[in-house]
Amino acid sequence: MADANVVNEGHEAVHRHEPPKSFIRKYIFSLDHKVIGVQYLTLALVAVFVGMILSVLMRLSLTWPDMTWPIIGAIKPDSYLSLLTIHGTMMVFFVLTTAPQGGFGNYFLPIQIGADDMAFPTLNMLSFWVTLVGFIVLVASFFVPEGAPIGGWTAYPPLSAIPSAGPGQGTGMNLWILSIAIFCVGSLLGALNFITTLLNMRARGMSLMRMPLTCWAWFTTAVLALLAFPVLLAAGVLLYLDRNAGTSFFVPAGLYVKDIIQPHAGGSPILWQHLFWFFGHPEVYIAILPGMGATSHILATFARKPVFGYRAMVFAIFAIGLLGFFVWGHHMFISGMSPYSAMAFSILTLSIGVPSAVKTFNWLGTLWGAKIRFTTPMLFAIGFVSLFVAGGITGLVLGQTSLDLPMHDTYFVLGHFHLVMGVAAIFGMFAGIYFWFPKMFGRMMSERLGRIHFWITFTGVYSIFIPMHIMGIVGMPRRYSRFAENGQQIYGFLESLHPLVLFVTVAAIVTFFTQFLFLFNLLWSLFKGKKVGANPWEATTLEWDIPSPPPHDNFAGIPPVVYRGPYEYSVPGAPNDYIMQSTPDPADEAGVRAQEGNGGNGHDGHKH
Amino acid sequence: MDTTATSTKGIAQPKVGLGGGTRKVGPNGGSRGNGHSGPGKDGFERDSLSKYRLGMWIALAGIAMMFTALTSAYIVRASTSNDWRPLAIPRLLWLSTTLILLSSFTFEIARRTLRSGNTNAYQRWLLLTVLLGLGFLATQLLAWRQLAAQGIYLASNPHNSFFYVLTGAHGLHLLGGILGLDYLLLRSWRNRVEESGAAKRQAIVNAVALYWHFMFGLWIYLFLLLFLWR
Repeated sequence: MADANVVNEGHEAVHRHEPPKSFIRKYIFSLDHKVIGVQYLTLALVAVFVGMILSVLMRLSLTWPDMTWPIIGAIKPDSYLSLLTIHGTMMVFFVLTTAPQGGFGNYFLPIQIGADDMAFPTLNMLSFWVTLVGFIVLVASFFVPEGAPIGGWTAYPPLSAIPSAGPGQGTGMNLWILSIAIFCVGSLLGALNFITTLLNMRARGMSLMRMPLTCWAWFTTAVLALLAFPVLLAAGVLLYLDRNAGTSFFVPAGLYVKDIIQPHAGGSPILWQHLFWFFGHPEVYIAILPGMGATSHILATFARKPVFGYRAMVFAIFAIGLLGFFVWGHHMFISGMSPYSAMAFSILTLSIGVPSAVKTFNWLGTLWGAKIRFTTPMLFAIGFVSLFVAGGITGLVLGQTSLDLPMHDTYFVLGHFHLVMGVAAIFGMFAGIYFWFPKMFGRMMSERLGRIHFWITFTGVYSIFIPMHIMGIVGMPRRYSRFAENGQQIYGFLESLHPLVLFVTVAAIVTFFTQFLFLFNLLWSLFKGKKVGANPWEATTLEWDIPSPPPHDNFAGIPPVVYRGPYEYSVPGAPNDYIMQSTPDPADEAGVRAQEGNGGNGHDGHKH
Repeated sequence: MDTTATSTKGIAQPKVGLGGGTRKVGPNGGSRGNGHSGPGKDGFERDSLSKYRLGMWIALAGIAMMFTALTSAYIVRASTSNDWRPLAIPRLLWLSTTLILLSSFTFEIARRTLRSGNTNAYQRWLLLTVLLGLGFLATQLLAWRQLAAQGIYLASNPHNSFFYVLTGAHGLHLLGGILGLDYLLLRSWRNRVEESGAAKRQAIVNAVALYWHFMFGLWIYLFLLLFLWR
């Protein structure tokens, strides 16, 4: 890590509070956490549209398998598998991991704790550029001979370990592994920075239990990333060696591929599954926890009430993060694991329901009896709660071995995880962008367009994913590109599902086009939105103390002082119904003065 | 790391846990989860230099996690099939182990001489550490070449695979450490440390020392894993 300090050193010596002058230093290779946050968000925005287009193509292919489309032509079964692989990888890594943590976390964690930047700005810049390289490598896999890999985002061997196993499993798969390895490095640098910043750079008075819940969520997410991504990196290295150096970590003996016996022997494909899911399950929480944080934050703001059970919320975030490391086996119930291990994994999995229920209960408690302001961010935050419950409930179904065995790899699983980690997390991001946009760019987004966007998207995603549960119960397997051959159904029992398949596709297309409304709103508001002051939502945390958009060093060189907790809404006797975290408490003036007299140079915690 | 907030000194108030002071029961049944006292002291009395050490600990946690994953793969793979043929300890590894042990000592001496203000001795010990580190890497590479000369390659046997993977991963991390040492050395030779920078330099040296000692400990661990767990 010392080499990272090399560059860092130079810039601090120059003087950190002087904003950079040149365009490249200011907007491209910027050290400012806010610019880096916006870069992350932009990357995720590009990735989410790519991922969405891929999913629409999959729906088209599923509904009209033999159609020849303009521009793209016919979608062959192999191409379908490439689409689903890159869709999954793109969404999980470059959207769900990138935007909530790298984007919003980067932008708002330092401000919310009262710091002028991240602890290691150069490392921060590096983590974004590394992530971008990972993205480019992944997209490049579409353009190599034979195209993108077909093994799914979980890349199970032996399919992923044998280059001759299918189209795209050669160069495309190598690029996939490379991309993920690069992504791991970027995420680790980010996580390291987040944790250090949060522990080391909090403003005066910002005790841990006065932090906004968003900060707790980003912190826990960073810890999960720090402990999970190295495992994926290690597994990726071993897989790469199996493919390119002839080792046998994951490939068993006696394997024939296209009638050719493979030279590998003795490896264990299950070993990959264990390593992958040890990363993969915490990854689910890496995607969803920041959304939970944002939801708590936004619910309190627009319910004009303190978060119900702040402390319980903090412990629930931790409990979810901790338990997330002990449940990876529930992805592998059909791998032939011992029923005793399966039972242990099952019980641990179901026990995650407890902190999840605590959170849901407290969200509802926050809303209870409140005079709710139904703004667009509030709608999306409530939507998050709804989707989290709807998707989480089926987690209790799949967490039980006996129910998981028949449901495994059906559309039921697809519906479950898309609702709970996919769309719920996306709703968390939407809530975040509508909420923080005025702070980031000094202008409001259109509320009218935002509401239309919310209602169509909300109805749309339920229309897409609820029917999938039914398909799954009927027995429709996921990852199949064709259910009929030459117009002849291969699986007779699926015939009755056709109207449902069509309905989902139509809902997907409508939802897809609605997102352009969001894109338009975003771009239009950037230039034409109504200008706002420092605190348009009448919120309490530190980011609403400073101008919109915030200046280069956030607090203009004057470190803020925090006097109270983050959610002081509807305070009896307060002039505005809310009190900012930075508003001095008259009862404490004596205490602060006494401390200043004592502590001396207390102020410049992180100034140079 | 002191994460609990203590109450302000000026006024006597009962302390409640992490909240940082007394808690008034709020209109919502006291669920604010925060104190109303003045600023706790945990935010501002920390010096920013501790970020280097803290950041290094966190980085080491990540690195440790990666080697934990490789270890679990090693243990599982060892019992998966009957093709596990452990390598005998290559003789050169005793030499490399001695070198890395010495380098850990020399760096510790360098760190302490810097603390006592003797910059010249610090530079000499640092240089010696870099040379010992390079010596370790060279010895590891030599051991690889000897094994290859005996026909023992990466794919020859699962134990051999793990030997190459683990020593390679450790070597790469050590190379990163050597770059860190070079950086310290260059800075010191350029001799551009003002009075105010001395504390910062010491903080960075301490952080790099942490990494370097960890690399030594990691090597011992890998050595034991590779040749005792067989």
